[in-house]
Amino acid sequence: MRYINRDIIVETVERLCIEANYNIEDDVMEALNNSLRNEISPTGKDVLSQIIENDLIARNDSVPMCQDTGVVIVFLEIGNDVHIDYDIYEAINEGVRNGYNHGYLRKSVVRHPLDRVNTKDNTPAVIHTKLISGDKINLLIAAKGAGSENMSLVKMLTPAEGIEGVKDLVIDTVFNAKGKPCPPIIVGLGLGGTFEKSALLAKEAVMRPINDQSPDPIARKLEKDLLEEINKLGVGPLGFGGTQTALAVKVNVYPCHIASLPVAINIQCHASRHKKITI
Amino acid sequence: MKITTPLTDETIAKLKAGDKVLITGTIYTARDAAHLRLVNLINENKALPFDIKNQIIYYVGPTPAKPGQVIGSAGPTTSYRMDPYAPTLLKHGLRGMIGKGDRNQTVKDAIKKYKAVYFGAVGGAAALISKSIKKVELIAYEDLGAEAIRKLEVVDFPALVVNDIYGNDLIIDNIKKYKVDDKNE
Ligand code: SF4
Repeated sequence: MRYINRDIIVETVERLCIEANYNIEDDVMEALNNSLRNEISPTGKDVLSQIIENDLIARNDSVPMCQDTGVVIVFLEIGNDVHIDYDIYEAINEGVRNGYNHGYLRKSVVRHPLDRVNTKDNTPAVIHTKLISGDKINLLIAAKGAGSENMSLVKMLTPAEGIEGVKDLVIDTVFNAKGKPCPPIIVGLGLGGTFEKSALLAKEAVMRPINDQSPDPIARKLEKDLLEEINKLGVGPLGFGGTQTALAVKVNVYPCHIASLPVAINIQCHASRHKKITI
Repeated sequence: MKITTPLTDETIAKLKAGDKVLITGTIYTARDAAHLRLVNLINENKALPFDIKNQIIYYVGPTPAKPGQVIGSAGPTTSYRMDPYAPTLLKHGLRGMIGKGDRNQTVKDAIKKYKAVYFGAVGGAAALISKSIKKVELIAYEDLGAEAIRKLEVVDFPALVVNDIYGNDLIIDNIKKYKVDDKNE
């Protein structure tokens, strides 16, 4: 058994909330530079240059790259040899509160979806917990903006609709969203499981490194084919027309019922902000 | 093209979808919650907290300013959420809107009818855009926090004309231009 101190959790969450919002990840920056090289639309090129310049300013000046500093999503993996004697969810939320206050980040969470009163400290975070082996805690902290989250959806297809049904749904969703989710986007696709599992798969998919590939051969092919098709839609950077609509498509799969084909599409904007750490 | 606010008939007539503009002058911020309040005031025949005539509203909810900054990061939010309110404001004299993403047909019709312009800014370029904002004054709805109405003095604020008074639409036209139709390959 290894004891992990509450202060370490609070401080780590605070630090990662701020870092995620200020410092664009290297893989995203590289993907944006590739897009700029490949874009043929002059407006699209101009938009991509502004995004890259923006992300460099944010990093150099230690300011948020986007004003929508998002709702905090935490993927928490706890080793079965870890000992904690406090409420870890409270500790995480304390870290979020400190991060959003000390980092001058925007507080974008309301306490109730219908009365819409701001909680003023960006809590609570949305936390997904998993038990793993070992004596460590893995934390993935993401700041997710609403512009791209709002363009996401879950749909229960029939097995007969198959891969064509999945592709059509993704293409329609991306095309109809146009500039709203701030393209170039990352498309996370969750296939299988149940209604709620597919949504989680899609969210896990957008958290993957931008350059990796699915280990599953069917998913891997779908990632490649969909990326090609999406970039033929003409939507382009910020929807002003162009060839660079998506940076990547990530497909995560899970077994499902003989009668179901759950499909979840989670859209991630170019301001893809997440940080991972092992404690 | 450099333009200044408040917008005049002359300026608006010159602006065409696709034009790159640099805006200088006063603009006002408002997003979801503030729009609801503004439209409620209009419906109740009450005075608005600022005169919207010939003005531009920027859809933004900035981050808090760090010490030494006039404003935090301040990029555009998605405009379609303001679609239910925009035609009422246009009818009452608003001439420009800045946001990101496409508008619905009702808003596009109102833009043409009331001779206004919809500008697109680069979503997610919030740190860059905030450099063009020189002065900030909170003028209404402080309780809304980031969603309060602020009066901004901007110099060379970068934007693109998306919808003009002639019915042109940069988004629709340009997407058509870059769409690859497999059947024609
Ligand atoms: S969609 Fe992303 S980049 Fe665009 S405004 Fe929202 S958080 Fe920022």
